[in-house]
Amino acid sequence: MRSHLIAALGAACLLLAAPLANAQDKPTDPQIAHIAYSAGLIDIEAAKLALTKTETKAVTEFAQSMQKDHEAVNEQALALVKKLNVTPEDNATSQALAKAAEEKRAELAKLDGAAFDKAYIDNEVAYHKQVNAALETLLIPSAQNAELKGLLETGLKLFQGHQQHAEHVAAELK
Amino acid sequence: MAMLLDRRCFLALGSAVLAGSRLARAEAGTVHVAIEKLVFIPAEIEVKAGQTIEWTNRDPFAHTATVKGRWEVMIPPGKTATKVAEQSDSVEYYCRFHPNMKGRITVLS
Repeated sequence: MRSHLIAALGAACLLLAAPLANAQDKPTDPQIAHIAYSAGLIDIEAAKLALTKTETKAVTEFAQSMQKDHEAVNEQALALVKKLNVTPEDNATSQALAKAAEEKRAELAKLDGAAFDKAYIDNEVAYHKQVNAALETLLIPSAQNAELKGLLETGLKLFQGHQQHAEHVAAELK
Repeated sequence: MAMLLDRRCFLALGSAVLAGSRLARAEAGTVHVAIEKLVFIPAEIEVKAGQTIEWTNRDPFAHTATVKGRWEVMIPPGKTATKVAEQSDSVEYYCRFHPNMKGRITVLS
């Protein structure tokens, strides 16, 4: 069990997984719901910042798509937790995510023009990679409720799409 | 009363005939692709030139059917969008917002 967990954590991003390793073996459904919702909120905030900064069409379109998609999936998540009568539970992983995102936002806020576009899109590629790794190796396998697992699986497919979209925009910016 | 009933019957018959003909035309002219949970269903379709392809987006996310450098159909969340197939449309297409969504069109001669 322990080696399995360590392997999963190794594959997932350290940022997401490290606090969980200290706290407990694997997250509960209320914690998973909170982590997934927080991860969405972070990308919505990043998109809002990008929309005030960028003047590049491909980046604007990407940010609009991130904002709308993550809002839609978070609405689905809220509807599901309400239906299941689950209260999302704040936890060390959500807090670590929020802290890292705040630092990243401050860093991005100092940039403008092409430098901003590149830093934002590169971070979107990296961020979606991290979230997808965490979904695949930790959050989806840990989810107990079938509907929550189903929503996370759709989320994974959506975010894998976002990662590829970001990679395409990054290639266009070069 | 009798006349009212007759009129209702007539109207019902009329709309049934209209619905029937619309359905027949749809069968002859339109090929349907659903989009659900980020998948084109079916992923591969065969059409004849001049037939309409209709995508129905059942996701809460905006999608596209895109052939890079050639054409793009925007398919808003919960909506349908169409394109008339041309002879040169034997292509692979993808969603520009979620490039992991892929489909293929084969135009039969």
